Amino acid sequence: MNRRLLPRLLLTPAMVTLFLWMIVPLVMTLYFSFIHYNLMQPDQTGFAGLENFEYFVTDPSFGTAVLNTLLLLGSVILITVVFGVAIALLINEPFPGRGIVRVLLISPFFVMPTVNALMWKNMMMNPIYGVLAQVWMFFGAQPVDWLTDLPLFSVIVMVAWQWLPFATLIFMTALQSMNHEQLEASRMDGANYLQQLRYLYVPHLGRSVAVVVMIELIFLLSIFAEIYTTTGGGPGDASTNVTFLIFKQALLNFDAGVASAGALFAVLLANIAAVFLIRMVGKNLDK
Amino acid sequence: MPTRLALAVALALTSLCGAASAQTELVIATVNNGHMIEMQKLSKNFEQANPDIKLNWVTLEEGVLRQRVTTDIATKGGQFDVMTIGMYEAPIWGKKGWLQELKTDAAYDVDDLLPAVRNGLTVGGKLFAAPFYGESSMLMYRKDLADKAGVQVPERPTWPQIKDLAAKMHDPKNGVYGICLRGKPGWGDNMAFLTTLVNTFGGQWFDMQWKPQLESKPWKDAITFYVDLLKNYGPPGSSANSFNEILALTNSGKCGMWVDATIAASFVSDPKQSKVADQMAFAQAPTMNTPKGANWLWSWNLAIPAGSKKVEAAQKFITWSTSKEYIQLVAKTNGWANVPTGTRKSTYAAPEFQKAARFAAAEKTAIDSANPTDSTLPKSPYVGVQFAAIPEFQAIGIAVGQQMSSALAGKTTVDAALKASQVAADREMKKAGYYK
Amino acid sequence: MTARRRSSYPLGLLALRTVAAWGVALLLFFPLGWLLLTAFKTELQAIAVPPLLFFTPTFENFHEVQERSDYLLYAKNSVITSVLSTVVGLMLAAPAAYAMAFFKGKYTKDILMWMLSTKMMPAVGAFVPIYVLAQKSHLLDTQLALIIVFALSNLPIMVWMLYSHFKDIPREILEAARMDGATLWQEVRLVLLPLGMGGLASTGLLCLVLSWNEAFWSLNLSAAKAGTLATLIASYSSPEGLFWAKLSAASLMAIAPIVVFGWFSQKQLVQGLTFGAVK
Repeated sequence: MNRRLLPRLLLTPAMVTLFLWMIVPLVMTLYFSFIHYNLMQPDQTGFAGLENFEYFVTDPSFGTAVLNTLLLLGSVILITVVFGVAIALLINEPFPGRGIVRVLLISPFFVMPTVNALMWKNMMMNPIYGVLAQVWMFFGAQPVDWLTDLPLFSVIVMVAWQWLPFATLIFMTALQSMNHEQLEASRMDGANYLQQLRYLYVPHLGRSVAVVVMIELIFLLSIFAEIYTTTGGGPGDASTNVTFLIFKQALLNFDAGVASAGALFAVLLANIAAVFLIRMVGKNLDK
Repeated sequence: MPTRLALAVALALTSLCGAASAQTELVIATVNNGHMIEMQKLSKNFEQANPDIKLNWVTLEEGVLRQRVTTDIATKGGQFDVMTIGMYEAPIWGKKGWLQELKTDAAYDVDDLLPAVRNGLTVGGKLFAAPFYGESSMLMYRKDLADKAGVQVPERPTWPQIKDLAAKMHDPKNGVYGICLRGKPGWGDNMAFLTTLVNTFGGQWFDMQWKPQLESKPWKDAITFYVDLLKNYGPPGSSANSFNEILALTNSGKCGMWVDATIAASFVSDPKQSKVADQMAFAQAPTMNTPKGANWLWSWNLAIPAGSKKVEAAQKFITWSTSKEYIQLVAKTNGWANVPTGTRKSTYAAPEFQKAARFAAAEKTAIDSANPTDSTLPKSPYVGVQFAAIPEFQAIGIAVGQQMSSALAGKTTVDAALKASQVAADREMKKAGYYK
Repeated sequence: MTARRRSSYPLGLLALRTVAAWGVALLLFFPLGWLLLTAFKTELQAIAVPPLLFFTPTFENFHEVQERSDYLLYAKNSVITSVLSTVVGLMLAAPAAYAMAFFKGKYTKDILMWMLSTKMMPAVGAFVPIYVLAQKSHLLDTQLALIIVFALSNLPIMVWMLYSHFKDIPREILEAARMDGATLWQEVRLVLLPLGMGGLASTGLLCLVLSWNEAFWSLNLSAAKAGTLATLIASYSSPEGLFWAKLSAASLMAIAPIVVFGWFSQKQLVQGLTFGAVK
């Protein structure tokens, strides 16, 4: 078969469907963003110009939302990478019960985001009945009111809890593929664990870190369920991210016009992130 | 040959449709509250009596239900045949022609519905939704703690009195907090309570020119009072508390007082779920400068979207589930203390109900005293006690609710929160074209 | 080899490692364990202060959940939509990944990046368009709608994962097969499938998990018929009255199948979760 035709033929179904999946809603979104379109007010129609965009961007919560999105992204990535590497190193060598430990560690990854959020909100972080409050009281401390006083941090904890197993898994797999002879040799040469860590383990994990950053970037930009279920974006706008702001327009205010403008902004944000981060990381992946 | 094939196909299709129409399937969207879940269980009786109707349930939490039902009706999605809607939606949607007018027979006795509730669901003389259960708000308090403090709670207390009593009851070392009030942001959460508080302080949402009044003196006084009260005598985490959270607190004996929906009365006085069932007592919602709008009016109602193809079956179901017979059925199955209240005069007239429900009299007084068309001291252009029945109110209520919870959490000052609220409300009203 | 490495290891360090690893694992698992306990409590026990560790378990909550909602219907929908969307996704993604890996062109990398960037638009941003499309094509409340949406939203990840797997297959093997005159079908069946099986399996597993846990679309595009287990939760979160125990039971019923499935397939999943990060 033709060597040029075949790849195109094989690539086409995925490309076409994905293109349609992206372009049809995108064109509709683009169209909606320039008209007056509120589900609750069907009699208000017509061209809106840039009004929807202006309205979304001048929302007093807008700046906070962008900042929160980036904070959430950065913190979760940092936490999962640091702790993920630490845990992966910890369970890299055999010890009694390693299989069970692995099963326990991986479990949070399979939990639905909604269940994750409800569980943390009601059973862990509730300032009166929550397990954490009980622990604080046991040590004679004033229980922390997590969702009120540290709303964004609470959301970060929940999301990081969910994604830590994922990072751990990838690092664990990467560590298992390390060159053992090299490790033995370094030990023979009298390198201590810290030196091994610095010169052998960490450089080896570079590509896995890139992968974790990239995958988490994709999923964390649109974190929604955890915020909706626990803090509702508050208090004030303390835990509102861009996705939640769009949600507020689309499904609480039913203003499809403004929501569409917001969605286009989110696409822009995603592409900026894509250009900078993915290119950077992607180079690392290509080696 | 092709015609014969077409004929065969047509025949097959008609026979299929025939089989399908033998039984009408109704999709009913409901909120996951106790009374609704009970109705779902009891609807077996309805299906037995009407073998040609099959009921499918979609049970959702309040926020999600509202999103689903609103998108469906606004896009004419046609996924639901019977919808559970609030007193806020009913008049707006009715006016837009999105709902089917309900036609009831003599046995239904539409005049038996409580007038306040019925008026709220009627637009231009047409009833657009049938009330399933209704509620107002009132004060629930611990009689034992009040006695210990040596305070006799009057039938209609004032807010300063409540503050004094809260100070006396407050004992966080022993896990008792003086007063619990809603703080979780949402137009149906903290703003429902706060609007009644502002009403009784003499404030309103909009003046007759539709200008938001959030920076007026009554708002400032009311919100300052509220933040101060909860900060000093409230439980930790108030800004995340709404009905459910406070119910859990009250049932485990942690709240001295609580002002909230009358529907809570049946839960807190039920020994099966409340540790302090015997101690609970009830009074009218506290007042300040005016009794007007001090207690809210709300009902969950069943309605049929306009353009529904199953109007007859849906009508039949709604009539059944909001009838006197249904209330009798619940009474027979679960006892009179568990019947859905706040809809019919006949419920309150039943001696068995009065005996079973200690809160009956207080609840009826509260509901009867609420008037959605006249709930503020200055004249207002909108209908609704704890909300303004205009489409823009959801967005405004959510934005203001966020600010109030922020002030309660101490993240902003009351003045700054009200200023931000005013800006948000002004933006919405301008965008909707109420004024330039 | 394991024995040799362990012998070079001081026993004290091993003990330390064991304690630390178990400590971390139990800490991370704790919230789930607590959910499990709460599901077997009564509502009043669930909010007891101090919390109860020992109590007589009750099955009342599970009974209540089953009575109120048809668990099997939701479970069936979850299984059907997640399995079929994974199959559809694999069928679309595998040829594309194959083409990218073995016939690398100038734009391969850009196409890959573009595919990934489509995944970053928040679902809610496309909500109104997708809802209107589904309604116009009479797909609201059907399993088909969810299968399509799940498959397409997972497609970019699937293509990438498979691409990195296929890339690691030595080209020489394929070349050799072609030299021997193998047809495309033989090449795929005899060389590619056996070598790429691990990648296909772990990609499929990951997508199964993602589809199972998807909540936004399944909630908004379904009503009475097509709802998955993720929508079941929405009828148990924050009703009036005490609900923690019932919510725990419902949550447990919703996540148990996929968590247990995950435990058993974790070896397979782990092997593939490298995205080409391991050489």
